[in-house]
Amino acid sequence: MSCSCQTEEKAAIQRVSTETQISALEELINRYKGVEGSLISVLQGIQEMYGYLPRPVLEYIAKRLDIKKARIYGVATFYAQFRLTPVGKHLILLCQGTACHVNGADKIEAALCDELGVEMGGTTENRLFTLTEAACLGCCSLAPVMMIDGQAYGPLTPDQARKVIRGILKQEEQSREEVGA
Amino acid sequence: MIVRIGLSSCGIAAGGLLVKEALAFAFEEEGLGWELQQTGCIGMCHYEPLVDVIHQDGSINTYGNVTVDTAREIVVAEMSGAALEKYRIATDREPNDCLAGQVRIALRNCGIIDPESIRDYTDRGGYQALQKALTRMTPQQVIEEIKISGLKGRGGAGFPTWFKWNATRQEPGDIKYLICNADEGDPGAFMDRSLLEGDPHAVLEGMIIAGYAIEATSGIVYGRAEYPLAIKRLGKAIGQARAQGMLGNKIMGSKFSFDISIKQGAGAFVCGEETALIASLEGERGMPRLKPPFPSQRGYWDKPTNINNVETLANVPWIIANGGESFAAMGTADSKGTKVFALAGRIKRGGLVEVPMGMPLREIIYGPGGGIKDDKRFKAVQLGGPSGGCIPEALLDTPVDYQSIKNTGAIMGSGGMVVMDETTCMVDLARYFLNFTQDESCGKCVPCRIGTKRMLEIMERLCAGEGQPGDIELLEMLGQQIMEGSLCGLGNSAPNPVLTTIRYFREEYETHIHDKKCPAKQCKALITYHIEADKCKGCTLCAKKCPVNCISGEAKKPHVIDQNLCTKCGTCLEVCPSKWSAVSVS
Ligand SMILES: Cc1cc2nc3c(=O)[nH]c(=O)nc-3n(C[C@H](O)[C@H](O)[C@H](O)COP(=O)(O)O)c2cc1C
Ligand code: FES
Repeated sequence: MSCSCQTEEKAAIQRVSTETQISALEELINRYKGVEGSLISVLQGIQEMYGYLPRPVLEYIAKRLDIKKARIYGVATFYAQFRLTPVGKHLILLCQGTACHVNGADKIEAALCDELGVEMGGTTENRLFTLTEAACLGCCSLAPVMMIDGQAYGPLTPDQARKVIRGILKQEEQSREEVGA
Repeated sequence: MIVRIGLSSCGIAAGGLLVKEALAFAFEEEGLGWELQQTGCIGMCHYEPLVDVIHQDGSINTYGNVTVDTAREIVVAEMSGAALEKYRIATDREPNDCLAGQVRIALRNCGIIDPESIRDYTDRGGYQALQKALTRMTPQQVIEEIKISGLKGRGGAGFPTWFKWNATRQEPGDIKYLICNADEGDPGAFMDRSLLEGDPHAVLEGMIIAGYAIEATSGIVYGRAEYPLAIKRLGKAIGQARAQGMLGNKIMGSKFSFDISIKQGAGAFVCGEETALIASLEGERGMPRLKPPFPSQRGYWDKPTNINNVETLANVPWIIANGGESFAAMGTADSKGTKVFALAGRIKRGGLVEVPMGMPLREIIYGPGGGIKDDKRFKAVQLGGPSGGCIPEALLDTPVDYQSIKNTGAIMGSGGMVVMDETTCMVDLARYFLNFTQDESCGKCVPCRIGTKRMLEIMERLCAGEGQPGDIELLEMLGQQIMEGSLCGLGNSAPNPVLTTIRYFREEYETHIHDKKCPAKQCKALITYHIEADKCKGCTLCAKKCPVNCISGEAKKPHVIDQNLCTKCGTCLEVCPSKWSAVSVS
């Protein structure tokens, strides 16, 4: 049921998506089409699939769900969860909550930035890690805390934080070797 | 034998899943038919991973800070009928000090039952309050019972719960909503997460009873994006409750039909505010609007809506089951019942405690909290998060009830208590909170959007050693205007941390401004690190650990810091062996 006005957007999303992503996207659209107030859920779905909100995909859903692009952009930029640029394979959320702040989160930040060679918010060159801030991860009694791929680590020292990163790196190397072998 | 392991986010972060595996492995190796159960957080987060061994006769040994290795040792010891004393922190007859003085109502099941098992919940009396309400009470009677209990909202504002319910109930309309506010935005508070992860059915039962009282048609939980485990367990609990007829059509054979769904927030502090939360639920930017109309009049999709906090709702089944008077028997004249506090910061035993309202702050911090980390000196406690304030040592005997806390300039808030010691700079802390609220300001109203920005600029100046005479007065004036002129609770309270720290720690502000010094030695622009040549033994540890390689010196000779390169991270101070203590800050 693609009409001509949609073909341009469709071609654009094909450039940034795999086949599975496209079919999952269609599923998402069908689930929420006509459901009032579901824009945030739609965006969460897209981010889950792509790791961020690719612009062509947003333009495509604007057409398909008949929502103004400006509104989508407004919502996407309001919430801290949404990202408009791609992230690395592992997302590091470093807690900047009160408990972590008074327990030296800044030192963990310095160690992570140094270990990864990025600034806060940055992604490593090999696209393995993105370092971002979180308000509070709810593990305040283990402060300072970071969360990587949904797993929380704490209480951290700068050295332990580095170790966690090196551990993940090592796993990545091993799995690459296995694939290579 | 049953072996129970705490697997809330805190337990998992501390390595609980690995310990669980190690336990299962040990059982298998030893050929033991012991049952392995998971539970939520008992609140002694600093002891995680926690393992309970429950014997046939009902006696319990509790072990703390269990590792993969000690897990095995515990199993071996328990097999021979002994306890592994070294790691035992409590038994059923001798509870740990952290639990002393606690009265657990909202947290009644946390750390005891398997949160993913509805059986565990019903075995401990779960859903009996709902049954009682549906079969023996009218909605009006339920509201009356809550009124007798004196329960006030635990989400921040402390508004009487019965009043809100009654207002929503009395609004005309066929469709009404009940919303559970699980957005827990205060950085430093985690009781709602713990409740949802440790006892999701208690929150659901509270919601269903509230739904019955206000005659709502459906309920929604607005969950926080950062709490994936809480959302998962709650989702599972909803499925179980539906399958057993506690949710859905004609609940427990009554005429009342009600269902609950979950919607996930997307990370915005302001969405904890009721009208912003509703906007967010409707898929919009979470911008608050003026009240009235209140959500009870025009809420979700313009229908009458009641919003309650997670902890408020978790109290409800207990009140219905035990009667409002038993709840009101605890606490003080203006604050009834118990309150959960999240102890964090520079405290020895961080975690969750539930105590009767009116307990003095000192008793909480030095009782279950165990006092200050590293035996440093208490400086202040921040209550109520970014909307709250700092309470100094002189007021440590303040009882925690809504009014007494308010009199200090802080607020009860959701119960986050972040403890600070002499190493915390109050000016930097106030800057930190303001940075948070400024960042989270939705931008709709000018006093909040621009006012907090101007205040933050001044605070940053102070921390950078560029404060000017008159800055304190300027902060006070701006703060007052922002509080009066802002549209919603975020702006109304954003200046609180600054104003309370000025009130109680004015001299610290003055030292920053006039002497360009930071007494707590935290503001980087105002301190320098030195290595004292006569004390340094040249162990090279600091030079090795310095992240910017700005320390030089030969082995066994005094080292020097290159002040031009030093980022003042404090690593050298931390790693310098205490027997030499050669690094100093000034
Ligand atoms: C900026 C702001 C943030 C808030 N955040 C929360 C929150 O995270 N959780 C919560 O329950 N209430 C929060 N509240 C309070 C709610 O607006 C509301 O009063 C509460 O959810 C009502 O429930 P209760 O009466 O059971 O406390 C916040 C209020 C403001 C102004
Ligand atoms: S403040 Fe860091 S987890 Fe709460």
